[in-house]
Amino acid sequence: MFELLGIPPQVLLGQLLLGLINGSFYAVLSLGLAVIFGLLNIINFAHGALYMAGAFVAWMLLHYLGIGYWPALILAPLIVGVFGIILERTMLSRLYHLDHLYGLLLTFGLALIIQGLFRNYYGVSGLPYRIPDLLSGGHNLGFMFLPNYRAWVVVASVLVCFGTWFTIEKTRLGAYLRAATENPALVSAFGINVPLLVMLTYGFGVALAGFAGVLAAPIYSVNPNMGADLIIVVFAVVVIGGMGSILGAIVTGYMLGIIEGLTRVFYPEGSAVVIFVIMAIVLLIKPEGLFGRAA
Amino acid sequence: MAAQDTNTDTIIAAPAPQVAGMPMLHKVIFVLLLIFLAALPFMVYPIFAMKVMCFALFAAAFNLLLGFGGLLSFGHAAYFGGASYVAAHAAKVWGLTPELSVLCGTAAAALLGLVIGGLSIRRQGIYFAMVTLAFAQMVYFFALQVPFTGGEDGIQSVPRGNLFGLISLENNISLYFFVLAVTFGGILFLYRIVHSPFGQVLKAIRENEPRAISLGYNVNRYKLMVFVLSATFSGLAGATKSQVFQLASLTDVHWMMSGEVVLMTLLGGMGTIFGPLVGGALIVTMQNYLATFGAWVTVIQGVIFVIGVLLFREGIVGVISRWLKRPL
Repeated sequence: MFELLGIPPQVLLGQLLLGLINGSFYAVLSLGLAVIFGLLNIINFAHGALYMAGAFVAWMLLHYLGIGYWPALILAPLIVGVFGIILERTMLSRLYHLDHLYGLLLTFGLALIIQGLFRNYYGVSGLPYRIPDLLSGGHNLGFMFLPNYRAWVVVASVLVCFGTWFTIEKTRLGAYLRAATENPALVSAFGINVPLLVMLTYGFGVALAGFAGVLAAPIYSVNPNMGADLIIVVFAVVVIGGMGSILGAIVTGYMLGIIEGLTRVFYPEGSAVVIFVIMAIVLLIKPEGLFGRAA
Repeated sequence: MAAQDTNTDTIIAAPAPQVAGMPMLHKVIFVLLLIFLAALPFMVYPIFAMKVMCFALFAAAFNLLLGFGGLLSFGHAAYFGGASYVAAHAAKVWGLTPELSVLCGTAAAALLGLVIGGLSIRRQGIYFAMVTLAFAQMVYFFALQVPFTGGEDGIQSVPRGNLFGLISLENNISLYFFVLAVTFGGILFLYRIVHSPFGQVLKAIRENEPRAISLGYNVNRYKLMVFVLSATFSGLAGATKSQVFQLASLTDVHWMMSGEVVLMTLLGGMGTIFGPLVGGALIVTMQNYLATFGAWVTVIQGVIFVIGVLLFREGIVGVISRWLKRPL
């Protein structure tokens, strides 16, 4: 078998695939953050905790109610989304007239509460979640073995990202959303219920986090800390991509996942920090982010 | 979607600091505080009292940036924890005396603050918070991987050594007075910064940045200066803490620590002089006495955060200050 830069292709392609899968999670999560930030101007620090909650809801649906993976893929994001809407109505909506940083602080507190509660009831050791039968096994592509579930994760995340991008950029509803971001007072004068729009947007963004959590459940074991460290990487992704852009969040998410995978092949010690290093470089050259508009 | 990231720099309106001299009320409080702190090690476990003082200084340093500079950094654990690693290494491997070890740690934090601050102040508001957090995470992974930090174990059994090579700090009481001198001195210095002309310019920038720019101030340079000062004093607190516990560990560089110092400042009162001290003391005391409840401590901290943001944004000292109609 040939070698590429002294690395066997199986290793290289395996890490590329792993990077692409991580990138799928970065993309879906930073997309949710971007959608929420766009309309609410709040950095949802609870995003990681809600991603973790999505995975737990899927696990709980299976173990307490016997509801399997496929229904959970719809139900868990819905449950997490409704929970998000409750949070928005009871707490976040009281902060809109204040500095945006209070939203960050509030959601940080919420993240502590959610993570602490799950840790109390389920401990820190991971809970297993089986890959659904339909997607177990894999395909031998000749040069590498591709597990079906991982391929599905990539496909599902691409579909969701594309659907969201299409809705926001190309449909009438998306136009309302974008208009409400620019000038909420004017849009509500046209008879559009802006608070409702805000509420549903938060619910949708949070549901995206829950969806990513269900996708992640069979790959990573379900545990209370799974969102805590991921969220900071996602923040870095968001800074690199530029928060102003939905497309930026998606493209940067996949791209950085792949770069991280490649770093793991060529310089394993650097894989944990490579995203932050890229962030520093991007800040130096283009502080508004790769896809962002200048402030 | 458009990012509206203008006009996000101001976070809270702090009571106006007074320029001329220290008001009588503040003098009285500082003197009473000093008397109380001098008596404290004879009433409670000295290590606990020292921990409270280190965190009070950390919160005060953080408040310089948030409360007076209007900049929310979410990565102050990097300077606190980073300095504690450097100080522990200096004392253990290089065999430096305690005061030199603490100085090494503080200098390292200042340098780190200069680098990270220089990059971070290019973004504003929420972005600034996220960038500082991400850089702090870089420091965390660095601490996890480089050999000198001892990875998961941290740097353990750091010798306390002899102050100026003369006075042994193995005794908890003598160490206590060293820590008291460092932290109290640090807090007084921070007070002086806030009430200096530099502090006045900061206030002007926080309240109306475009106007400060139009007056000819190099706003970014002031922001960087206050960032570095805040990082330096956070480092002083962290370095001192590593001497107290004879330990530098990952807890101090983890992002939870960055969150905790925000909580201390928020609870005590952002932009007040004495708020962070009260907040720091309360949170440390709470953690100490609730330690047996395990993860519930996190939940309680989260609840305090939420209540603080929703109902209680002035913080404890902020409320008292409003009652007294005097800045505290």
